[in-house]
Amino acid sequence: MSTIAEECLDECNAVQAHSLEDYGSENPRWCKGCGDHGVLASLQRVLQKNNVEPENAVAVSGIGCSSRLPHYLRTYGFHGIHGRALPIATGVRLARPELPVIVTMGDGDCFSIGGNHWLHAIRYNINAVVLVLDNAIYALTKNQVSPTSPDGTHSNTTPRGTYLQPMNPLSVVVGMTNVSFVAQTATWLPTHLDQTIEKAWEHRGLSFVRILQRCPVFMPQAFGEGGRNFPVVFLENNEGVPIDPWLLKRGPAQAHDQRNINAAQKVAVTVDPAPMGLIYHNPELPVYEDVRHERHERPDHATFVDLLDKTLDRFTV
Amino acid sequence: MSGPSIVKLPEHIVEIVSDAGEGAQKAALAFAQLCAKSGNGLWTVEIIPSEIQPPPHTTGSASGNRIRLASRSRVTNSGNRANMVLAFNEMALLSRLETGGLADDVLVVIDDHWATHPNTAYQQSYREVLSQAKSQGATIIEIPLESETAKYVDDTGRGKNMFAVGLLCALYSKELPVLKKVIQGIFKKKSGEVIATAVTLAEAGYQYGIENLETCYEIEAIPAGTTKVAMNGNTALALGAVAAGFELCSMYPITPATSASHMLSEIFEEFGGFVHQAEDEIAAIGVAVGASWSGKTALTITSGPGMALKTEFQGLAVMTETPLVIVDVQRGGPSTGLPTKVEQSDLLHAIYGAPGDAPKVVMAASSIEECYYILSLARKIAEEFRMLVIVLSDANLATGQQIFDRPDVSMTPRRPPLDLSPVEPGALPYDWDSETGLSQRLIPGQAGGMGVTTSLNHDRNGKACYDSVRNQTGHTMRSRKLAALQKGLKRPPVYGADEGDLLIVGWGSTRGAIEEAVDSARADGISVSSLHIQFLSPLPPGLKAIFSRFKKIMTVEINYSDDKNDPFITDENRRYGQLAWILRAATLIDIDCYAQVPGRPFMPVEITDEIRQTLDLEPENVSNAVSMNTTEKGN
Repeated sequence: MSTIAEECLDECNAVQAHSLEDYGSENPRWCKGCGDHGVLASLQRVLQKNNVEPENAVAVSGIGCSSRLPHYLRTYGFHGIHGRALPIATGVRLARPELPVIVTMGDGDCFSIGGNHWLHAIRYNINAVVLVLDNAIYALTKNQVSPTSPDGTHSNTTPRGTYLQPMNPLSVVVGMTNVSFVAQTATWLPTHLDQTIEKAWEHRGLSFVRILQRCPVFMPQAFGEGGRNFPVVFLENNEGVPIDPWLLKRGPAQAHDQRNINAAQKVAVTVDPAPMGLIYHNPELPVYEDVRHERHERPDHATFVDLLDKTLDRFTV
Repeated sequence: MSGPSIVKLPEHIVEIVSDAGEGAQKAALAFAQLCAKSGNGLWTVEIIPSEIQPPPHTTGSASGNRIRLASRSRVTNSGNRANMVLAFNEMALLSRLETGGLADDVLVVIDDHWATHPNTAYQQSYREVLSQAKSQGATIIEIPLESETAKYVDDTGRGKNMFAVGLLCALYSKELPVLKKVIQGIFKKKSGEVIATAVTLAEAGYQYGIENLETCYEIEAIPAGTTKVAMNGNTALALGAVAAGFELCSMYPITPATSASHMLSEIFEEFGGFVHQAEDEIAAIGVAVGASWSGKTALTITSGPGMALKTEFQGLAVMTETPLVIVDVQRGGPSTGLPTKVEQSDLLHAIYGAPGDAPKVVMAASSIEECYYILSLARKIAEEFRMLVIVLSDANLATGQQIFDRPDVSMTPRRPPLDLSPVEPGALPYDWDSETGLSQRLIPGQAGGMGVTTSLNHDRNGKACYDSVRNQTGHTMRSRKLAALQKGLKRPPVYGADEGDLLIVGWGSTRGAIEEAVDSARADGISVSSLHIQFLSPLPPGLKAIFSRFKKIMTVEINYSDDKNDPFITDENRRYGQLAWILRAATLIDIDCYAQVPGRPFMPVEITDEIRQTLDLEPENVSNAVSMNTTEKGN
């Protein structure tokens, strides 16, 4: 990890307005070996590559290990409450559509307590990079089963194993009206992670990215012990996430048309092997804050007062 | 023909009731506008069934309006028992008799169609209800509403209301041409044919009245000399939100708050704002928090159950010191309760509802007029103090109509563009003034001010911290803002004398009824005054000094309290009205309460009765003074 980061640092600093350090604040306090570190580094690289002024970016999160991410990113950030990152992000986008927004959530945060907001944010299609750091467990609250915990997971609330099959979030989002960008990647595939987040950044609309990762403390066995024993297939398309040659050691590539919703739905319902890359992409769909801002500019003071006066005429007796 | 004789009166309370869908609401709207245009002051209250299509010809189907009209231009409440009721059927009349809202000597005008209806059950119930009304002292006028209307339209269900309002125009000696203009205005979006028919029916009703009524009323209008507007409280809130400069209202539908958002949805975009209907109550406040945090102070409008869902986000707004305004249009609770009816039961919830200690500002509008102005003040406080401000209204204000002075739009404050000027790198997001707790607000886009806003406890740097000292400091700074605000508040004025036997303390929509009751009691030589509190958190200064000059203090509130005489109830376990509760805690004075949940506004006469009872005086001996029972008696 560090060598890739360092190489990138050297390469980028020469041409970018900001150094990677400009996007970092304090040292992350996640556990050693947690995938969150990699996502943070990826995000910082994307911000740097796109020359984003730190004061113009907004990172919003809920509650959970991954939701600490805005603390470690030197942009404006809002570390909110459990499950509610997306409504806050929607508010930011509606009020200040010029500010790019990144949302980080965990699996419990997004798929469970925040489930309603998750579905509706996709339908609104706000322009935001939405990353779900899915480690298939509630970790910050110390080991409770999550909606994506694998069958049979033993946790503090399921000491005799889970009772339910894990949900497949990908099949949920490709079924939502107005879904515009769906991708899956994993923290054990660092260049793929970088390039997936880069694609998400480029998309105008809600870019939903599920990032698979293990929890080294409570769920080290997740996703085949963090990819060691986890069958994947890389979705191949010129406009998709590039597949570096080394990735093919982890799984085969498969041609995929991410502009085709039927193809996307077919891929999304497949869990073995897990699809990696851009599953669905439609850049033409309406973005909620664009739709809402299309019709009106705030009038100047004199016009505003005049309009208010005319409105009161309707109620004058 | 000499025409009817005219009786002049200072005021009258009129009710118009029909089956849901028969248009009594529209008739009442037309009548209210007619009275308003004639210069009368008025206050209206909706009579609404809680279902969209309840079974017809039942008490549950009664729908309409109560209109209190007066010679004076300022009417502050819906008054005592009604003097006149126009009912489309006997079950609608019965529903009003059952509420006890009609004076014993009420004039009943009713459709005689049911007396000879083919359904003999209707004939019988018609006779029974009329005889019940007569036995309590009512005067009955039967009119051929159905048969006269049928001469002009095939579907009488869509015409009786206009005949009725024509009749009322005659009964109250109003001018028919003014009514015609009102009707044309109300139906302006309909076809010319519809308008012509409505006008013809109103003319017919008027003509019938002039030819058949023996006595008519006249409530002369005293010219006010100022331009007036008429609207309900939710409309006033919506226009007030626009005037206050809000740019985003994020909401979820809930009765009785939603119509404020209807009005905003209609007009807001012209002013550069918009309404976002969120997926749920939680998201509605979440979107408002996000918008406010990023620099544009937003509001969310809801009612009690929505407030409950929003409590976690309220804690977040308080912890992050994000300016925010929440409007709670209160209804009857708990749970779904009485969705369309008035209650003042969210006060303690508004003040204390949030995880942990979360100091908030809580204000209440006391009239429909105040609904217009209160949001400008709420926004100012929210922004200057970086606080959550909750504005309480209620179903009485929301759906009633009042006439008040037209607001002066030239007073609308200018809204400067967002200040995105850079700050010194490392500028503190919570540079708390150690005395007042106030701090500057940094917003995204300000270079140098980057940092995370967190729901965790944090220090002046905005960094999460868990130690005792900085936790105590954070709490102190957030709480100190309330004290700093309180220092700037005015001592509330006492209505009536500054000292005496009894002080009534109220908040919110009860103001008009309380002050009318105090006027009436003082006219009878009773030593009573009243005090109305706009700021419930923080409470205004000077309350203890005011209270010390009265022998007894009693709150009047539309919420629940145990009766002192109820089984098991003692000084120790009695649950008080909610304002009484906080005033007792704040002043250590033994404050009593008259707190009831009738699902309708208090009538002034009920409060006068309570004043007399509290001071051990005999009840007033007039028919209207018979107080309405709010407690069901066991068999």
